[in-house]
Amino acid sequence: MRKLLLGNEAIARGVYEAGARVASAYPGTPSTEITEYIAKYDDIYSEWAPNEKVALEVAIGASVAGARACCAMKHVGLNVAADPLFTASYTGVNGGLVIFVADDPGMHSSQNEQDTRIIAMGAKVPVLEPSDSSECKEFTKKAFEISEEFDTPVIVRLTTRVAHSQGLVELEDRDEVEIKPYVRDPSKYVMMPGMARKRHPLVVERMKKLSEYAENSELNRIEWGDTKIGVITSGISYQYSREAFGDVSYLKLGMVHPLPEKLIREFASRVEKLYVIEELEPFIENCCLRMGIKVTGKELLPVIGEYSAGLIRERILGIREEKLNNIDENIPPRPPVLCPGCPHRGTFYVLKKLKLTVSGDIGCYTLGAVAPLNSVDTTVCMGASIGMAHGMEKARGREAAGKTVAVIGDSTFIHSGITGLIDIVYNKGTSTVIILDNSITGMTGHQDNPATGYTIKGEQTKQVDLKKLCEAVGVERVRICDPYDLEEFEKAVREEVAAKEPSVIIARRPCALLRYVRHGEPLGIDREKCRMCRMCMRLGCPAIVDRGEHLEINTALCVGCELCTRVCRFDAIEKAGVFQ
Amino acid sequence: MSNKSIMIVGVGGQGTLLTSRILGDVAVSLGLDVKVSEVHGMSQRGGSVVTYVKMGEKIYSPIVEKNEADILLCFEQLEALRWIDYAKKDGAVIVNTQMIDPMPVIIGSAKYPENILEKIKENYPNTITVPALEMAKACGSTKAVNVVMIGVLARRTGIDREIWLDAIRKNVKPQFVDMNIKAFNMGYDFEEVR
Repeated sequence: MRKLLLGNEAIARGVYEAGARVASAYPGTPSTEITEYIAKYDDIYSEWAPNEKVALEVAIGASVAGARACCAMKHVGLNVAADPLFTASYTGVNGGLVIFVADDPGMHSSQNEQDTRIIAMGAKVPVLEPSDSSECKEFTKKAFEISEEFDTPVIVRLTTRVAHSQGLVELEDRDEVEIKPYVRDPSKYVMMPGMARKRHPLVVERMKKLSEYAENSELNRIEWGDTKIGVITSGISYQYSREAFGDVSYLKLGMVHPLPEKLIREFASRVEKLYVIEELEPFIENCCLRMGIKVTGKELLPVIGEYSAGLIRERILGIREEKLNNIDENIPPRPPVLCPGCPHRGTFYVLKKLKLTVSGDIGCYTLGAVAPLNSVDTTVCMGASIGMAHGMEKARGREAAGKTVAVIGDSTFIHSGITGLIDIVYNKGTSTVIILDNSITGMTGHQDNPATGYTIKGEQTKQVDLKKLCEAVGVERVRICDPYDLEEFEKAVREEVAAKEPSVIIARRPCALLRYVRHGEPLGIDREKCRMCRMCMRLGCPAIVDRGEHLEINTALCVGCELCTRVCRFDAIEKAGVFQ
Repeated sequence: MSNKSIMIVGVGGQGTLLTSRILGDVAVSLGLDVKVSEVHGMSQRGGSVVTYVKMGEKIYSPIVEKNEADILLCFEQLEALRWIDYAKKDGAVIVNTQMIDPMPVIIGSAKYPENILEKIKENYPNTITVPALEMAKACGSTKAVNVVMIGVLARRTGIDREIWLDAIRKNVKPQFVDMNIKAFNMGYDFEEVR
């Protein structure tokens, strides 16, 4: 049966058909749906882990125990999981072990656009790269086979356009793969210097064998057409190339590390002009250059952002699309914003009012950096808010700590914020950490986490008590506050930043998009009472609109959270029904 | 049938994802190759979102290029303007008349462009403007804007009405099927008042 599947859904299908038994992940766009779809198969144990490092360790454990196992993450998640990855490369596997990593060229939803192939090269781990949903499933199954045949973890690298595009996939049955026996083998699984020194040469040898495999594997194929132009490409760039160049010759690489050097040499010798088309880093191109093969690639195409057929046509073939209209408007951008009713709005309104330096983190609340809230000062990576606030204090002294807070979401705090908090307590810092507890992992589309009390399957479980956790690491000042109670919240922040000891404020209010959150009646502005002071505009609520001579509330967007009624000094905002 | 390219543009939260899934299912029912490129993550938080649907004999790139869209389905006026270069000169440009101010306009650092519909109509003879928000309200939910728009689009594709209705039944929750079919029919039977 053929079915239209999202790339990530096809990966999940591949995991199912490959007979895998264990999957662990931390959500991250564009990889999240892989594990959400895996969770729909009851034959596979699946879970949300607190972070990518734990997720990979769970998968490694399952593999050593004999099961086919996998984990999924976004590109920056692989940095977190790099520690187990580099050494799992030495131990190799028992049951097949596959790591799905989704890169985000163009940074649709990320803080950088690093290229996973570079990390894989450092870790000496093979990489497969599918170019559509059908290959997502095929390559996933192939990855498990390669993993077991060559005793190695395998990375399947996706990019946003493959992960988040739907295409037709032929569904097959699940292979019932038996769990392999577990045999104690410290020389393979205990990586201390003496054992690791013996494993590393095996890893080098394995890469050589994988290079030979790449030469003859059906993963890499030549599609002959006109030989005036030859294109070496992989992943989504293959699709763009096919559309831009049409019927020329292609070396389509499904395995991008290690590369099939003989195949590349043969292909290069039979075409007149050779191009390498790959998004991000010149990975294939550098390999060609090392081999002394003349190619054109990054000299014409960027190492930044996504490609498209149009871009390739323009940069390489010199064909530019004409403009067919006389529309030459200045079009205002539409950046993402905190939703109407978002609990973070109250927090940032207060932090901005108090003119605090805000060390920020990764999540919806990163949007607190943009106008008009303009509150967040820094954002680097998951968990960085706390360590950085501590660093600011150590650099500039106690007085600076009195004007600084770290803000971090509940899920991000569990991911890697708790270690930063321990650092503050242990090293006698006095920083204030605000945990924005909206009771969900928000930006990635509502995944449960250890602080929500539910598993990926929606089953009830032990819930991490954030207050007790902070107290347990030695924070004596921990308080829970509703960020929509602006007065009380402001008082709490003032007191905690003034305290000369570490403190935590748990700003607790659920995400407005959660199904159980009841929305109020939309509000409206009484033009008689409104003095146009625009205090409400400072909240940056997308539902409040400035029409120049008056302000109004867009009732299609307003969820009746009533935060604006709390900042209005003239009682001009009331339930919209009142004005009808 | 030659390859058809459809672009759906709007504001995060307007239901463009469901729209593209229904279109994808219709293409599958017709036995065509199809690719649908979606947007997840940050821009779903009220940002500008664009979804591509391509169907035909064999589809490579999931992305629609400038001057290539046979149908540009716009859920919001400013977004229609932002992506208008992607429409074919004789392509159908279907615009919901709804306006949603982006944050730079809300805070007064930019102006919402004027006379958008006129400008688009002047350049693209096949433009249809649809008061989809009002129509959706009349069906019982402002959330049905997307299905009203699908209805308007459906009649311009020449694809059998039943195929569309099946795709809708497949993609919406059972309790909302009747409301959505009402919204689809209202869109399908819509005639622009000129």
